[in-house]
Amino acid sequence: MDLMVNGKPLQLDQPANIIDLLVQLELTKKSVAVEVNRTIIPRSLHPNHQLQPGDQIEIVHAIGGG
Amino acid sequence: MLDQTEPSYLPEDPLEIAGNTYHSRLLTGTGKYRDLQETRDATAAAGAQIVTVAIRRTNIGQNPEEPSLLEVLPPDEFTILPNTAGCFTASDAIRTCQLARELLDGHKLVKLEVLGDKKTLFPDITATLEAAEALIKDGFDVMVYTNDDPIIARRLAEMGCVAVMPLAAPIGSGLGVQNRYNIMTIVEEATVPILVDAGVGTASDAAVAMELGCDGVLMNTAIAGAKHPVAMAYAMRLAIQAGRLAYQAGRIPRKRFASASSPIEGLIE
Repeated sequence: MDLMVNGKPLQLDQPANIIDLLVQLELTKKSVAVEVNRTIIPRSLHPNHQLQPGDQIEIVHAIGGG
Repeated sequence: MLDQTEPSYLPEDPLEIAGNTYHSRLLTGTGKYRDLQETRDATAAAGAQIVTVAIRRTNIGQNPEEPSLLEVLPPDEFTILPNTAGCFTASDAIRTCQLARELLDGHKLVKLEVLGDKKTLFPDITATLEAAEALIKDGFDVMVYTNDDPIIARRLAEMGCVAVMPLAAPIGSGLGVQNRYNIMTIVEEATVPILVDAGVGTASDAAVAMELGCDGVLMNTAIAGAKHPVAMAYAMRLAIQAGRLAYQAGRIPRKRFASASSPIEGLIE
């Protein structure tokens, strides 16, 4: 299935949930927050949230800033 | 040899923000450093307990072993203050704060800034008021970047912001405190902590802000952009302490003409 992750296209085998996506992106050890189609998906729901083709996903983290 | 230890009469003087107390009145940003080690070293030299961070997209394909900012400045050691830097609308700022809350496991303290234009990075005040109201309603503790208008500062405090943070000069400009009478007026009327956020260029600027009665100063570029950031961080720490003490000690009034320090009586003839 085709997804948009942080503004870039990404292909993923389906079915996939958010954990599957984070595993694929090697982000499981990182502190991140995930938004799917502009809705924040709390970490506790990542294993249950099935991704759909065309989902727009934002994955954010904390970086240096003033 | 002179005794260089601190006088014993120095009062306990904690800064209280949103129910938490801090002994450091210097808040630092974490941007513009050469690497994470320098970020860590400068933060330690500054003695900062509250550090701002930005919320941005992760780099897809980054080396997973690469350390991240929150590993270098762990949330159990520092109060992390996510900012909304780069947001030009209330809705972007609100969305950023909500992502930060999710990222930091329900963390409520945020630094709100809604910018009005790229040249000045002055705040968009109407959008700032709108975002502050929505965030407070949503349960956030909002420290708010604002201009130096005392009326707006008062309104933000009344609305429930936990700290009001007027600029002293444009962000990253290093111009120093360009608006001391407005800052004084804001401080005199304050019902919440007032922190200068933006404009400091060097240690004397930080001392001036504290001498005006500010409760603290938040800075990033003045430290990270210095030739020796760790040394400047320590200079800022001392300046903040010196300025705070001078404010509490109460400066002498300014006079136009001289006033001799030595007695006039008993002069030889």
